[in-house]
Amino acid sequence: MTALTDDTLPITPRAMREEMIVFAIMAVLLAIVPWTGIYPFFVMQALCFALVACAFNLLVGYGGLLSFGHAMFLGTAGYFSAHALKVWGVPPELGIVIGTASACVLAVITGYVSIRRQGIYFSMITLALSQLLYFIYLQAPFTHGEDGIQGIPQGMLFHVFDLSKPTTLYYVVLAGFLGGFLLIYRIINSPFGEVLKSIRENEQRAISLGYKTDQFKLVAFILSGTLAGFAGALKVFVAQNASLTDVHWSMSGEIVLMTLVGGLGTVFGPVVGAFVIIAMQQYLAGFGQWVTVIQGVIFVACVLTFRRGLVGELAHLFKRSL
Amino acid sequence: MQALYAQLLVGLINGSFYALLSLGLAVIFGMLNIINFAHGALYMMGAFCAYFLLNLAGIGYWWALIIAPIVVGIFGMILERTMLQWLTGLDHLYGLLLTFGIALIIQGVFQNYFGSSGLPYAIPDYPQIGGFRGLQGGMNLGFMFLPIYRGWVVVFSLVVCLATWYLIERTRLGAYLRAATENPTLVRAFGVNVPRMITLTYGLGVGLAALAGVLSAPINQVRPLMGADLIIVVFAVVVIGGMGSIMGSIITGFALGVIEGLTKYFYPEASNTVVFVLMVLVLLVKPTGLTGRAA
Repeated sequence: MTALTDDTLPITPRAMREEMIVFAIMAVLLAIVPWTGIYPFFVMQALCFALVACAFNLLVGYGGLLSFGHAMFLGTAGYFSAHALKVWGVPPELGIVIGTASACVLAVITGYVSIRRQGIYFSMITLALSQLLYFIYLQAPFTHGEDGIQGIPQGMLFHVFDLSKPTTLYYVVLAGFLGGFLLIYRIINSPFGEVLKSIRENEQRAISLGYKTDQFKLVAFILSGTLAGFAGALKVFVAQNASLTDVHWSMSGEIVLMTLVGGLGTVFGPVVGAFVIIAMQQYLAGFGQWVTVIQGVIFVACVLTFRRGLVGELAHLFKRSL
Repeated sequence: MQALYAQLLVGLINGSFYALLSLGLAVIFGMLNIINFAHGALYMMGAFCAYFLLNLAGIGYWWALIIAPIVVGIFGMILERTMLQWLTGLDHLYGLLLTFGIALIIQGVFQNYFGSSGLPYAIPDYPQIGGFRGLQGGMNLGFMFLPIYRGWVVVFSLVVCLATWYLIERTRLGAYLRAATENPTLVRAFGVNVPRMITLTYGLGVGLAALAGVLSAPINQVRPLMGADLIIVVFAVVVIGGMGSIMGSIITGFALGVIEGLTKYFYPEASNTVVFVLMVLVLLVKPTGLTGRAA
């Protein structure tokens, strides 16, 4: 198996310091968005997808497992959060917990099934599982089928933060994104993350060294699915709806595309990729189906010409890990 | 009972498409080590090719059955020459991503020009022999009414599947093919043009998909997204059957079609999901798939 990325060595203190500086710059830039006149809804949406892409990247970039069904975690968390908030009337914090927990349960089950096969079979299995869920949600009464769950109340987070105010909501989403991002960063650079990378590079060897690789892969899958679910729960407050779009295979494809454009196995790549793809959809919304064609062209171009992605190419150029 | 037989027939027809498509996927995977995500889009192109032949050139079904697979097959070979061949030696993931991108492009272009609704394609009404008007109409078999076209699809697909099996397992060309799957370098050293064989193999797999598309045109209408959901079911079929054996793909394809048909009769709510549920069960019991080797 050829390496997806260059980062086979453990991170050096210097590289970590540099990555922290980039992280700080990113956090500051995102924090001043409400004063720049940029449409906050766009950035919030991009942040949610950025977190999904980062979670997806944890699995593919560091574990070498290409899940083609990550939309199922996004959508499932969205549906459960939305249902809890609207029908049960729970407070926002509990809604987020319920959504994230539902994605976690789903990840345990689907992970247990799908890590039984490797490589492309794993991709096909995750895709088939997400399609199974799509049909279940299409028929289940609580999702309201094609209409989706709409008009979800945003409420008061911890009885303090009024999420119906765009600026407050923005900072809550930003805090959620940064928290999730740091958690993923911590996982990648932990001993667990190192074992994960070794499995990606050479699973037989990792097994011979005594690692129960299936357990590592399963834990990575659960972490990735749960974090994607957390992002899906946050997205409910931004979009105020939960619909079938978020469970469809084309959404899984978009998550893959964001990560690929930004750079598989790079720390910041998925964030950049998410912003690029969401911005593209925003600006090209008037072109109808040509957006699909353009996405396809980007896929092809990325695979054929710059497999490292935007951030990966930059990192390679400056010989840094980003 | 009538309804049961009717659903069984529908199941056999879907099974024919599963078999033709998973067969093509297996052949391509064997040679190129790529899972062809564009398979559904190429199946759709086969149906559209038949539609264009009829409406733009006045060329009917029987010729379309030959021309469409060749045209789409050549298109596939161009894809292989210009793009897929550059992936040799890279991780499997890139093949999946590249062909997914190709599928998005093809489907997007067709959706742009033809929307999402279906275009009709009539069942051929020639040759007229005896009381038959081509493949139109039906026969009363005593226990059920058999629309002739549907019976034709099942029988013809089965013949094509078996012919493909014979080509690969029993002929000299097939022997080269299987040898090149096992050890391309060695086969090249014997003077066989392996890259050309890879291209032809991709063309063959794609041609089978296009053929399935032509067959389905009169039944399912011609739609830009007709292959998009189908390919995911076919992936599940491939996971269940494994891609190690040609005959395995054929049998699994037909069997799952029949099971799906029976589900439509006994528990219609689950007919969309039954193949996926079976996939989960097979993975829990026998992770390598029914006929597959460990991957």
